[in-house]
Amino acid sequence: MEKKDTDKLVIDHTAYTTRLSPRFVSRKPYEPPVPGKIHSFIPGTVVEILVKPGDKVKEGDDLVILEAMKMKNRLKSHTDGKVVAVNVSTGDRVTKGAVLVEIA
Amino acid sequence: MALEKKIRELKEKREKMLLGGGEEAIVKQKAMGKNTARERIMAILDPGTFNEYDMFVEHDARDFGMDKKNLPSDGVVIGTGTVHGNPVAVFAQDFTVAGGSLGLMHSRKITKIMDHALKMRIPLIGINDSGGARIQEGVNSLAGYGEIFFRNTISSGVIPQISVILGPCAGGAVYSPALTDFVFVVDNISKMFITGPEVIKTVLGEEISMEALGGARVHCETSGNAHFFASSEEECFDQIKRLISFIPRNNEMRAAVTETLPPDARYDIEKIVPGDSTLPYDVREVIMAVADGSDFFEIQDMYARNMVIGFGRIGGRTVGFVANQPMEMAGVLDVDSSDKAARFIRYCDAFSIPLVTFVDLPGYLPGVDQEHAGVIRHGAKVLYAYSEATVPKLTVILRKAYGGGYIAMSSRHLRADFVFAWPTAEIAVMGPEGAANIIFRKEITSAANPDDMRRQKVDEYREKFANPYVAASRGYVDAVIEPSETRRLLLHGLEVSENKDVQMPWKKHGIPPF
Repeated sequence: MEKKDTDKLVIDHTAYTTRLSPRFVSRKPYEPPVPGKIHSFIPGTVVEILVKPGDKVKEGDDLVILEAMKMKNRLKSHTDGKVVAVNVSTGDRVTKGAVLVEIA
Repeated sequence: MALEKKIRELKEKREKMLLGGGEEAIVKQKAMGKNTARERIMAILDPGTFNEYDMFVEHDARDFGMDKKNLPSDGVVIGTGTVHGNPVAVFAQDFTVAGGSLGLMHSRKITKIMDHALKMRIPLIGINDSGGARIQEGVNSLAGYGEIFFRNTISSGVIPQISVILGPCAGGAVYSPALTDFVFVVDNISKMFITGPEVIKTVLGEEISMEALGGARVHCETSGNAHFFASSEEECFDQIKRLISFIPRNNEMRAAVTETLPPDARYDIEKIVPGDSTLPYDVREVIMAVADGSDFFEIQDMYARNMVIGFGRIGGRTVGFVANQPMEMAGVLDVDSSDKAARFIRYCDAFSIPLVTFVDLPGYLPGVDQEHAGVIRHGAKVLYAYSEATVPKLTVILRKAYGGGYIAMSSRHLRADFVFAWPTAEIAVMGPEGAANIIFRKEITSAANPDDMRRQKVDEYREKFANPYVAASRGYVDAVIEPSETRRLLLHGLEVSENKDVQMPWKKHGIPPF
């Protein structure tokens, strides 16, 4: 086993000399949800994009159709606003959590 | 004359069956670094003890050309034998026969030997090497899996169940090993997953190799599905035999008692643990300093390393060691380590194996990812498992025992039978730094020199509370002991709790947080 126990882990203001686990090191820092960012909630294929930059959208409007597990999912806007970016094209395969559309 | 002829006939029939899928398929199997099903069984069992049953079983599937296919022993070998003289039941899927695929008769052979194992109250060893369901047999093969899972479940906690993954084990098939007590895997040979790389690629567009998805290393390091990692089948067989030497045959027997050996003098118990509780050390050395012959058989040594679990002996009797590992993640309790410890504690309790716990942890791991991953629910498993366990529970607090971590790690409050603490123990709600910052917040922030004041208050708190004597004054700790007295007290504690008898309130079963 590799001996690298010079990392520090701080708990309750105390720094412990120890080795950090890969799971801990690779954990994703928490990001608060941004209502204007539309993420893919599952990996899949973008089969249709219903908006383009500059479009005005209302909360509940369909933005993208994402096909995953043989289901066509309609991704809706969480907010009223203007489409400022569409980061994908029809046919793109996207990973879970990718930002597909940005609304401001 | 007639008898001789009949015997010759039998021998010929047997010879044919023993070839499994035939020479060519065996060559292929060997090329993958794999032994044949019968070779594997014989490598695990004591020489000459294997007795095979159902050798002549045949399938009677008709569809898809199956009526013309002859599958020797229907692709699985079952029987009984002994390991270190202990009787065991065993099955091994034969990949050389139709890829070890599971059809109705194949599954009936497995369930027959499972029923035997449960009836006879002997351990079951299952060797998995199968492409999955025999699709030509349709729902019959699904029925077969279901019958196996059911038996795995009702046998759980009655007889030890050991799964050995020596080839593919994919789709629904993985749930049999998952329901058993210990899963053994071999590098480059074992492959376990619910959905394979191809399905993942078509459905989700994610590309991954079989090895990276469900190889031996992944299941030992990342998923925690497997318990023992080996580089070769031979190493794996040795691990199985070693495991069997530590565990009892069933839940009404005790593990075999061996001769008491002193620990190896190399492990000087007074020199392992640094006095400064922020400094790391390898808690396995503490275990080896108290275990007979310093022999410690670690389980899941690649997964959630902040918790160490495994078997050893004290006074010749098997004990289950559970210990926080300060050199990994400071020994914190988190989602994975809680899950790992809780399952082992329940195993030991089910099979009358006393628990010896070494405590040195700063508490539960803080973090959004941990909270969102359910550290509450997973952490509760440790509390549940220790509280529910009625086997002798002996606890040694080495250094830190803070907050919820103190309570969870086999504390008096969860009915530990003996709680010992070293003079270096710090039993408190949290570490001195954290505590002083909260209790003396006003004094610190309003002081002319906050840093000096903080240091002063931290020292004050440490002096007053970061020791074992407050807990000892309440009887939460039975004795503050010198490290060198640890083995003697554990030996004695185990001796006096040999006939421990605790009656729990009647219930059908509890509802543990899993």
